[in-house]
Amino acid sequence: MAIDWVALSVFIGLFGFITILGFVAGRWRRGDLDLLHEWGLAGGRFGTVVTWFLLGGDLYTAYTFIAVPALVFGQGAIGFFGVPYTILIYPFVFVVFPRLWSVARRHGYITAADFVRGRFGNRWLALAIAVTGLVATMPYIALQLVGLQVVIAAMGVEGTGLVGDLPLIIAFVILAAFTYTSGLRAPAMIAVVKDVLIWVVVIAAVVLIPAQLGGYAKIFAAIPESKLILAPPDGNSLGGYSGYASLALASALALFLYPHSVTGVLSSSGRHVIRRNAAMLPAYSFLLGMIALLGYMAVAAGVDHNPEFAAGFSHYKANFAVPALFRQSFPSWFVGIAFAAIGIGALVPAAIMSIAAANLWTRNIYREFIHSACSLKQEAHMAKLVSLVVKVGALFFIIFLPQEYAIQLQLLGGIWMLQILPAVVFGLYTRRLHPWALLIGWAIGIGSGTWMAATLDFKSSMYPLVIHGFTIKAYAALYALSLNIAVSAILSPVLTLLRVPSGQDETVEADYHERGMPLPEEIASAPLA
Amino acid sequence: MSGPDRKPRRRSWWNLLLLVPFIGTLWVPFYNTLAPEWHGIPFFYWYQFLMILIGALLTAIVYFATDR
Repeated sequence: MAIDWVALSVFIGLFGFITILGFVAGRWRRGDLDLLHEWGLAGGRFGTVVTWFLLGGDLYTAYTFIAVPALVFGQGAIGFFGVPYTILIYPFVFVVFPRLWSVARRHGYITAADFVRGRFGNRWLALAIAVTGLVATMPYIALQLVGLQVVIAAMGVEGTGLVGDLPLIIAFVILAAFTYTSGLRAPAMIAVVKDVLIWVVVIAAVVLIPAQLGGYAKIFAAIPESKLILAPPDGNSLGGYSGYASLALASALALFLYPHSVTGVLSSSGRHVIRRNAAMLPAYSFLLGMIALLGYMAVAAGVDHNPEFAAGFSHYKANFAVPALFRQSFPSWFVGIAFAAIGIGALVPAAIMSIAAANLWTRNIYREFIHSACSLKQEAHMAKLVSLVVKVGALFFIIFLPQEYAIQLQLLGGIWMLQILPAVVFGLYTRRLHPWALLIGWAIGIGSGTWMAATLDFKSSMYPLVIHGFTIKAYAALYALSLNIAVSAILSPVLTLLRVPSGQDETVEADYHERGMPLPEEIASAPLA
Repeated sequence: MSGPDRKPRRRSWWNLLLLVPFIGTLWVPFYNTLAPEWHGIPFFYWYQFLMILIGALLTAIVYFATDR
């Protein structure tokens, strides 16, 4: 495939633009970037509109834009689980996360592990929460690079060895530099550009491509019926139903436990910002649904039979479906915009994830276990360095290890992440669970979840549970969570009875309703000023 | 937004509306069919798009009903 110079120029131009934006962002709503909560949470000053862009840019990643339609392209209806998944996130966030925001604002927490430390007074439980977040985030950052890699290759930029990886390295150096200097303000500002581009591209795609292909009826007619809906239950199993519903539910519950989501929530300026966003963020679910349909459009357009894309498909498999569809359907200049949208869509979450990971490392491992007397400035400096280390790690991962590893680790990460739910979410409502019971429950959840994935050779996370010959195939994360909750609930009264010390709770009920004083900036300025 | 009201508020019945999206999406038999189609789009797909709207609408209703 020859290099598409027009597309490449547009792509590079837009990347240049957001690079400048990333550095300028440091001066936006200026704060002292030598303080961790300023660098890593932008001072917690983001209003409703900025938070909408930030969370939209944070949660709907480049990997989503590539992998969701790829799954629909390859496997049909099951790939659509992203839609119920993102439907269920927001009612849950609406009810639960204002409580986390309040208690965090009251006590100056910047991570979920901070909260668990304060609530349960147990540093080992807090360490488990922090390590889970770190380990689950690293492969997620690496996967953002996969999205970037695919679109760069789809513009015809190819090479072997280190030269081939050069564009990726350049993109990541840019990312690392502006994250280091500007902190969370950079991805927040760039998220606005990214989201606007994505909306334009997707709306253009779902109008123009079906028009080229003869309408939606034609597109769906090109898909075999067995792929259009899930396999119904038969006498021996629940068919595709249990897998679909459990994936949607467990993914929805896990998403806001990820460090980068918590960072997004805690950077907002108030409870009402989170509650309003729970009603406004579903706009992105609509976007995701449309992106999922691109998978079927790629089938109907026959992109996998186009000899021009044969090399791309053999290298990137189904992940090449959407880039190929865009190249086949759009003029070059618009392909450049579309690919830039995906590429920038990789940088925004990667930046926020690395910041969130840095916050976790610095607050919950470095300051807690290594250097408890560090100054505020040392703390912020440490976090900035760690954000670099995390990104270099992700880069090495993608360049030197098979891509399969990152995908498998991310799959495991989803299972692991859900295991902090009892401590974090139940912890927001009750102190009746014993911290050591929660820690043992967590360990059982992690262990059983990993074991289930191992029995599937880490290729899938859909564990077929067989009860009296009846198979219920469901997301391993949900099975592991059930065990985790059961163990925590049973052990809690036992440990209390045995008088195992249950730690000091530094929070009181009123903290969970704290509205926070409005900041002067919030009153004085419009959301984007 | 009223002033520094620190009294813990009682959980609202309005929140029960938020269960609707859970029931509507997690019970797959509701929507795992091709018919009725809408402009050539199978039910499975347009139903779930519709649920996004319903979920957002209900969340907005609960927001305004409990925003004190």
